[in-house]
Amino acid sequence: MASEPYVKPTFETPEGAPGEEYHVPGEPTRPPGERIEGRSPWYLAWRRLRRNRVALAFGALFVLIVLFCLAAPLWADIAGTGPNTNHLTDQITLGGEPTDVVAPNGTPIGPGLHTKFLLGADTNGRDVMVRMMYGGRTSIYIGVMAALITTLLAVTVGLLAGYFRGWTDSVLSRAMDVVWAFPVLLLGIALGTALAFGGLQLGPLTIPDNSLWIPILIIGCVYVPYMARPIRGEVLALREKEFVEAAVAQGKGPLRIMFTELLPNLWSTIIVFFTLNIANNMLLESALSFLGAGVKPPNASWGTLIAEGYDAIYTAPHLTIIPGVAIVLTVLSLNVFGDGLRDALDPKAKIRLEH
Amino acid sequence: MIAVLFAISVIVFVIFNVIPNSDPALRIAGKNADAQLIENVNEEWGFNDPLPVQYATMMKKVFTGDLKSYQSQLNVDEQILDGIPVTLSLCIGAAVIWMSFAILFGYLSAVKAGRFTDRSLTILALIGISMPVFWLAAMLLYYLSFKVTLFPTGDYVSLAESPLDWAYHLILPWFTLAVLFIGFYSRVLRSNMLDSMNEDYVRTARAKGLSERQVRIRHVLRNSLIPIVTLFGLDFGAVVGGGAILTETVYNLQGVGAYAGEAIGTLDLPPLMAVTMFGAFFIVFFNTLVDILYAYLDPRIRLA
Repeated sequence: MASEPYVKPTFETPEGAPGEEYHVPGEPTRPPGERIEGRSPWYLAWRRLRRNRVALAFGALFVLIVLFCLAAPLWADIAGTGPNTNHLTDQITLGGEPTDVVAPNGTPIGPGLHTKFLLGADTNGRDVMVRMMYGGRTSIYIGVMAALITTLLAVTVGLLAGYFRGWTDSVLSRAMDVVWAFPVLLLGIALGTALAFGGLQLGPLTIPDNSLWIPILIIGCVYVPYMARPIRGEVLALREKEFVEAAVAQGKGPLRIMFTELLPNLWSTIIVFFTLNIANNMLLESALSFLGAGVKPPNASWGTLIAEGYDAIYTAPHLTIIPGVAIVLTVLSLNVFGDGLRDALDPKAKIRLEH
Repeated sequence: MIAVLFAISVIVFVIFNVIPNSDPALRIAGKNADAQLIENVNEEWGFNDPLPVQYATMMKKVFTGDLKSYQSQLNVDEQILDGIPVTLSLCIGAAVIWMSFAILFGYLSAVKAGRFTDRSLTILALIGISMPVFWLAAMLLYYLSFKVTLFPTGDYVSLAESPLDWAYHLILPWFTLAVLFIGFYSRVLRSNMLDSMNEDYVRTARAKGLSERQVRIRHVLRNSLIPIVTLFGLDFGAVVGGGAILTETVYNLQGVGAYAGEAIGTLDLPPLMAVTMFGAFFIVFFNTLVDILYAYLDPRIRLA
């Protein structure tokens, strides 16, 4: 295309009057009469993302993992057991011979090609495959819900602090700094153990101490400063732009400016942070659950599966390895995909991760 | 700084004494407390007093070394002090490892941007930041000290006792703790270096006739290290202040983190209260220190 002789293109303006188009150097010339197709920033981002095969593959992997976990009841039905059903004294047929699900010395059977106990059993004789799928639902659910909470709080704080500046900003920023000063894990543990008795009472809302919402709220809150800071920075820069001034001149109020002028400009940052935040949340959830300050029985997550399996690591390592691999794959898929998203949405690399 | 420290202590107070929806005396006394103990705790902590008085009581207990665990009957502050040498051994060693590897990997990645080295290092870094620390620790223990008996299974030997044994016992924990930070820092360093390669001062350095190597190390790398030092200040403070809880727990190193880890298992709140507060305090002190260092290193910051 570039080798074609330069032809000054003309095209019809929407009103039908003849007009001339400025030719952008380096752009291919267009035959006369053809309209320029509008390309939204989202479309451009999608085109960049589409070229990043690795990121797309990992994004697909995450979707597959989610689907796999959602299919938990289905598989439980096929395997004919539930996530909390003990088969301590049962026997199954392996290679034509009946075998104890849990040997008399406490060692459970390992993974093998049989529908029931595909990934082996745990020390209570529960089906690891079924527990893995149900545990994954919990882990991913917590990760996504906590990320929604973090995003909601961080965007609110960032918008308010960045738009109003002055004392609003001072108060909110100082508050964020204080939360920032705590090591994330310790803050999570402190909240997790303090709420382990009696749960939480939020006005009319009571959350029992074994509810999944306790870890969700904790994880959702501790990461807020890590997301609010960069968003505030971006809002501070955006609010100096002419389009905000124009909106003020039109008589738009602060709330409308925040939601109709500033928020649309923040979407790419929010999407990137949201994706990476789910990954971090899942890691934090597993750590809290491993230490006993996260998901409480009867719920199970990949973190609690590792915690239980770790006690028997020398006799039944599959109980630790399998949930760990699941966490690594899920978190890795989110991290790689999130990275690709950032490259696509933000080619100039404005979005910086602070951790 | 004083204001931040005060705010931190208030948050700790709120977390442990205000938010939870249960009898505070019951929580502080622990899981297996009897009625008499709960009564004593109620008396000692003054849970019937107004909140500011309760806050003062708690702070007095934490800072006069009067805080004790009602489950183990041990003094909390003494236990934390006992754990500090172990935690410092772990964290300083890990910090040396993570900074050296992060700078090496980040530098290689940036210099070979887009090439095979860069791609493989990026993948390694992403895997590093995607691994739960405790799981990595468990895997290393299982494969390297159980399957193949290369390393001891955790435990701590004091430096004074035998420096060689000390290091030998800490190799696995050091690397475990360092992996996450190597992954994260090398990626930050890579993008910083790629950014500063287009700066004017780099062109000037090249125009002066410096070798490519000198330009990269003396100009690009040095300037790109500033954000890494900031991150290091935050993270080192966090791991020393109890953030290494997972590594210490799995490797059975009796440091500050493991002390907190045990307290979680028994839902013993006083140790957690103290570790959380000291951890946050430590981070604030360490950051202030880094800020002062900065002003010393970079005169522009002093002026701003």
